[in-house]
Amino acid sequence: MTGRHHHKVVASIEAALADLRDGMTIMVGGFGLTGNPEALIHGVVARGVKDLTLVSNNAGSMGKGLALWLRAGIIRKVICSYLGTNEDLHTRMASGEVLVEVTPQGTLVERMRAAGAGIPAFYTPTGVGTVVEQGKEVRELDGRTYLLERALHGDVALIRAAKADPFGNLRFYRTSRNFSPIMATAARTTIAEVDALVPLGGLDPDDVHLPGVHVHRVVEVREHENPFEFKTTRKRP
Amino acid sequence: MTFSKEQMARRAAAEIPAGSIVNLGIGLPTLVADYLPEGHAWLHSENGLLGMGPFPYEGDEDPQIINAGKQTVTVLPGGSTFDSAASFAMIRGGHVDVALLGAMQVSARGDLANWAVPGGKVMGIGGAMDLASGCRRCLVLMTHSTKDGEPKLVAECTYPLTARGVVSRVITDLAVIDCTPDGFVVVELAPGVTRDQVAAATGSPIR
Repeated sequence: MTGRHHHKVVASIEAALADLRDGMTIMVGGFGLTGNPEALIHGVVARGVKDLTLVSNNAGSMGKGLALWLRAGIIRKVICSYLGTNEDLHTRMASGEVLVEVTPQGTLVERMRAAGAGIPAFYTPTGVGTVVEQGKEVRELDGRTYLLERALHGDVALIRAAKADPFGNLRFYRTSRNFSPIMATAARTTIAEVDALVPLGGLDPDDVHLPGVHVHRVVEVREHENPFEFKTTRKRP
Repeated sequence: MTFSKEQMARRAAAEIPAGSIVNLGIGLPTLVADYLPEGHAWLHSENGLLGMGPFPYEGDEDPQIINAGKQTVTVLPGGSTFDSAASFAMIRGGHVDVALLGAMQVSARGDLANWAVPGGKVMGIGGAMDLASGCRRCLVLMTHSTKDGEPKLVAECTYPLTARGVVSRVITDLAVIDCTPDGFVVVELAPGVTRDQVAAATGSPIR
């Protein structure tokens, strides 16, 4: 018998995604197109699984990122916080091809944090008195009204990090971190696509953002597109 | 005369106490950053950034350093980046002092509607509900009326709500108005704007 924390580094995207199955709930890190595990996203389409439930803040943008999954027709349901100008999702939601559950962003991430921390549900003030309240337990505590929100578990989390060691300790870069470390705790299997793999000891223990206990497979991908959504600048003085 | 966009942003900036943590919503509120003196406040962006700086110089933009509107930004010295759960814990936990948000409707009692238009495309909620209900003080920066001339300050919101009873002050092109248990109270008029003009453009009595 072996534990799940042996031989995590895999040589290819195909190998990393080998045990994906139809109907799985897959959490994918990224805020818009920042912090997307680009090679894994492409790899899932190539893998040929379908009927997926996707948990993602935006589920793609400008035809890029997770919009590829929408275009490939492999998603049955999306749990997200913001659609914005994601036309691929708008059209499929309107046609009924994809079911969309919209959740406040803080509630979305806290539901995953709870799942990863062994907490089945929590009370939050967010959404009280709005459509988000529908069908949920409402309770007054210490004079304020709260909603009961349930933990959100995933089968697989696909995330992107800047650096990993072979145990799967991760370091993220700037605002590409967003949902990734939380999704990693909420999913049964976490697959990390990393810009650079360093040896054990190559990350100072105090600099680890996500301990390797939450990561099960690591695949190094050195080149990323890192697309801009809105390139906003100011003139040099 | 009314407040121009720049004057509205400048007026909103005056609401921000020195040394506070501030979240600026997408759209008009984003402009307010330009009118905050250097080092006056720390800007929080809910995608996981505290100490947000101005847009980068041309050529310095980094697609992995963005604000909640997915625009490229910079990180100031002393800034920090963190995950979304930590970011929303700051908001929900009352550690963000001011949320300055855009809105479609605000009711006299401070109900906020800023995420969906009835019958319109569902853009999503994003961080709007967390910000509105979690931040210590919720200010709104918006035009007084819609493009069709309908009041956005109303007795009761008819658009889907973001949060109830959260807005304390609204800054529009016509006036600065407080939401109170007794209804809208005019705090300040834009230069050349009369109280009657504001009353006519407001969907609930003003005091």
